[in-house]
Amino acid sequence: MRGFNLNLWLGGFLTVLVIAGALFAPLIASFDPVFDANLMNSELPPDATFWFGTDAQGRDVFSRVLYGAQVSLTVGIVSQIINSVIGLSLGISAAYWGGWWDDLVNGLTNVMLAIPSLIFALAIMAILGPGLPSLLIALGLTNWSWTCRIARSSTLSLKAQNYVQAAQTLGYSDTRIMATQLLPNMVGPILVISTLGIGSAVLAEAALSFLGLGISPPFPSWGNMLTDARELIVIAPWAAVFPGLAIFVTVLGFNLLGDGLRDMLDPHMRTRSE
Amino acid sequence: MTDAPLIQLKNVHVGIPSRRNALSIVKDVSFSIMPGEAFGLVGESGSGKSLTALSLIRLLKKPLKVTQGEILFKGKNLRDLSDRAMRDMRGDRIAMIFQEPMTALNPLKTVGRQIAEMFVLHRGKGWHEAEKMAVDALASVQVPAPEERVRAYPHQMSGGMRQRVMIAIALACDPDLLIADEPTTALDVTVQDEVLKLIAELCAARGTAVLMISHDLGVIANMCQRVGVMYSGRLVEERATYDIFANPQHPYTKGLLGALPRLGSRHGAGGRQRLVDIDSLIADKESLLQEFCYEPRNSIRDPRVRAGASV
Repeated sequence: MRGFNLNLWLGGFLTVLVIAGALFAPLIASFDPVFDANLMNSELPPDATFWFGTDAQGRDVFSRVLYGAQVSLTVGIVSQIINSVIGLSLGISAAYWGGWWDDLVNGLTNVMLAIPSLIFALAIMAILGPGLPSLLIALGLTNWSWTCRIARSSTLSLKAQNYVQAAQTLGYSDTRIMATQLLPNMVGPILVISTLGIGSAVLAEAALSFLGLGISPPFPSWGNMLTDARELIVIAPWAAVFPGLAIFVTVLGFNLLGDGLRDMLDPHMRTRSE
Repeated sequence: MTDAPLIQLKNVHVGIPSRRNALSIVKDVSFSIMPGEAFGLVGESGSGKSLTALSLIRLLKKPLKVTQGEILFKGKNLRDLSDRAMRDMRGDRIAMIFQEPMTALNPLKTVGRQIAEMFVLHRGKGWHEAEKMAVDALASVQVPAPEERVRAYPHQMSGGMRQRVMIAIALACDPDLLIADEPTTALDVTVQDEVLKLIAELCAARGTAVLMISHDLGVIANMCQRVGVMYSGRLVEERATYDIFANPQHPYTKGLLGALPRLGSRHGAGGRQRLVDIDSLIADKESLLQEFCYEPRNSIRDPRVRAGASV
């Protein structure tokens, strides 16, 4: 029997907490994140009414963090799905087919790794303009190189496995081998890199919004909340601490969840059915 | 048995194609297998047995290719088939089982699912029906409690059981030809015997022809009606099994049979006998390029061999 999987439970708990906060933000939040501005209440410390305090415009930081979670999670999850689809299909097919296609994908991956992804995302945002759809595209196109690398190296080692060769002799098509023999057997490392990727996409969104290219004020995202709070960091530190804490909890939650899932999905750790 | 061979290899060469100095690894191999017949290919490691088998199902790894010759399956040249048609043939009409049962199954899928996949792939069945058929397939290879065993993962089974599952997968679609590439080498002796009997019985019952590849002459003697002996990429001798054991013609075959250890025979000083071996190593690349590929073998000095001809 196995011990208690702390990573899975703690990571799962934090992730569910953040997702629930994002989904039920309209029910939980007692203030509107944009329009309930009241300069009379500006820069109040946390109390019973304003749990996380208020910002310079007197808006409730707690409500803004909840609504910001919607943006951050959407960006993190959707852009990582785009990254995974690109990285997996390029990486698996490159390693499986080899030849010029492998050379091309490898070259492309190296170029992507050489360019700092945030700078590349900035360039794409500059072309597409700020807003959620361009954020998704920018982050979805710039962070697939690690997934691709891992998919490729997993495929190279799996390709030599007897069951992949056996599948060829049994009449499986190339795409079927990729989907049923290769992909499921690399779920562990891919899941780990994907949850890390969600974490870094959340951070990248915060960075882009901080730089003014992500979600435009007054609509809240954790990144532009940090931008706004930067000037008040001495007077009203809560306005910066809570969005920062939200980013921290989200990234930590996804990373722990990835580790926990990897342990759980390993079939050799499953107990015997008898 | 009909007169038309199920599969016929005509002067097949396998090698690395290049403009100059093309290197052939399998040279001029011709043999045929009748429907329902068991044909054995013996030879030491590196003699080209497995390459010959892989050329049959067109799964040679780059840069290896069939450079010359015809591979006729029911009269059709497999070399002319489209990739798609060849893929449909594999697993359906020609199936293959391997040496390593421990790693030849996907570790993430239940064995039932893996058997069922053959019915989905080649018979167009739905998963539900296919999984029911998998229970019968598992029962046919004499796995106890097949209704429960279909839900087992490969790591929950022993080597012998996994090889049975492989046989069930290979025979799921009633192929015309089963290629067995050293199917029992990785198993222990008692299990070997059971697995061989199982292959022999199932193939006899279904009329499946077998191409048995082995370096174990005992396995071949038990299983096959005819044997081909491969040496350095050539088929040097090909005859009925009893004939080859009683009366080997080619010097290499003689050497191979002479090297068989015999139970209970002891002579020489101290009642101990040294195992007989065949002198020298297998021919290397340079000598492969020459016609005299048997030259390095000191004890084999037969003029017919030096001419590179089969006897």
